[in-house]
Amino acid sequence: MNNSYEAVMARKNDIMRQSVGIDYNQYEQDYISFDFEKMMDDCGFELDEIRKIQAESGVGQTPLKECKNITALARKVAKPGYGARIFIKDEALNDSGSFKARRASISCYQAKKMGYKGVIAATSGNYGAAVASQAAKYGLKCIIVQECYDSKGVGQPEIIEKARACEAYGAEVVQLSVGPELFYKFLLLLEETGYFNASLYTPYGIKGIESLGAELVEDSIRLTGKEPDMVVVTNAGGGNLTGTARGIKQVTDKKIEIVGSSVNLKGLHMASDTDFNKKSFTTGHTGFGIPFIMNPDRSDVPRSAARALRYIDRYVTVNQGEVFFMTEALSILEGIERGPAGNTSLAAAFSLAQELPEDKVIIVQETEYTSAGKHHQAQLAFARDNGICIYFGNPQDEIPGRSIVFPKDISFLKAINLDLDKIKTKYINNHIKGLKQISNKDLEFLVNETNTSKRFVENLLTHKNIEVEAKHE
Amino acid sequence: MNLIKKNTWVLIKKTILEPKERTGSIPEETKKVPLLMWVKGYTLDDANIGQNVKIKTLTGRFETGELVEANPSYMHTYGKFVPEILEIDKLLKDTLFGGENNE
Repeated sequence: MNNSYEAVMARKNDIMRQSVGIDYNQYEQDYISFDFEKMMDDCGFELDEIRKIQAESGVGQTPLKECKNITALARKVAKPGYGARIFIKDEALNDSGSFKARRASISCYQAKKMGYKGVIAATSGNYGAAVASQAAKYGLKCIIVQECYDSKGVGQPEIIEKARACEAYGAEVVQLSVGPELFYKFLLLLEETGYFNASLYTPYGIKGIESLGAELVEDSIRLTGKEPDMVVVTNAGGGNLTGTARGIKQVTDKKIEIVGSSVNLKGLHMASDTDFNKKSFTTGHTGFGIPFIMNPDRSDVPRSAARALRYIDRYVTVNQGEVFFMTEALSILEGIERGPAGNTSLAAAFSLAQELPEDKVIIVQETEYTSAGKHHQAQLAFARDNGICIYFGNPQDEIPGRSIVFPKDISFLKAINLDLDKIKTKYINNHIKGLKQISNKDLEFLVNETNTSKRFVENLLTHKNIEVEAKHE
Repeated sequence: MNLIKKNTWVLIKKTILEPKERTGSIPEETKKVPLLMWVKGYTLDDANIGQNVKIKTLTGRFETGELVEANPSYMHTYGKFVPEILEIDKLLKDTLFGGENNE
């Protein structure tokens, strides 16, 4: 068989169909749209079933904890009467140490059910350990493919630790240097082994998080007597936000503000061999968050089930120094030592809490485990070794890849709003590029995809001289 | 040089794509270096570090590449101490509890 890069990429769709067991073609419709809800429904897994599978596999029912000291700290700088109560969902307590266990549990359950001998996932994040851990439970073989090193063989300490964790759960870890062609090796491995593609972006990978959304509403009612007012979600590929929001909607009709937050890594190129080790966050950052929200289908499956723009109400960024600062605050003020990347949403929540009255409830919906390599001490030491300047000042002065700036006092910790309307406009323009007409279904799809209105989309269509067909058979 | 015996757990390195084979849509600094892979397994032959070997991985696959390390270890740490972390602690506690005078 021809295994050149071009030949393997040309076989992509066949490899995918065999490794996920989903025929994505059946959901395609008209010019640009596909039936997202049907794709989600067809995969099955009602909320109760998800909870049952997870309860039997060391996943879910994590505690919701009130961060009373962090809340009190926010109130020191909020105007009188302001500073919402901040809670965290301690997802680090799932088997394998992160919320990703929820996604892996359903993927591995499905792989076992369909008779696959093993699972493969392409991930440098906590998802690797999660898949390895769940695969161990189901007796599935497991391969995790990581982007880990630069071309000199220098690895991100955080990713090296995640490789160790994968191996601790019995997985084979295939590590690659920087570059999107990781996907090429991933396809070769799927073809060679015939294993299930435990992608983060299949409906299974998203359904598994719906239990998290449901739980955090139920936890909040139990602890505070009401639903949360705001849920803050660290956003990278969009799956965490999509699954959480879908889960919330299944247990309450109350309008809960869903806020996405990402670490600002502006200026660092994600496929750059030299930028690779200049970043201190390998996930939860804008380098994934922005491209994936604009184009979810750039993932490793033909149609991603992670579609953050459908559910996000507000999108903010925080800087690396602010996230490390709050990671330390969680440890020193709340006695909870956790990994930095998961605290991206905590840093955002600290700032957002100051905008809301004291009786409001904000939930930070994840934490992740910490250890050697995957600890803010390790990440900061690595940054310093790579020539990054670390100092106290205004975090807004931070230049990713050159500096990490801790707030010189807590009033300097500020979540910065991204312009969601601009992002939605770009999303729509990207999807209608080069077209002369679209169908009514396509129009409806764009409205749903961007959570906008018919009028919002029609304005953009008119501007580009694109007609909407009266009827499309 | 120490001969690594057959059936030893080893780490190998392999070039997956030469620079000229890399995809067009990546930054120049990435395009001029090869795409490398590291994977572990049991070596099928006696070999020295730097030699090309065939290995059998944990899932029973075979890969070939340059022998890098025998019995590869996890050597990642918490890194050199970063004293600024203690300054963060002081700032947080002073702000919340009002500094030493209020203890």
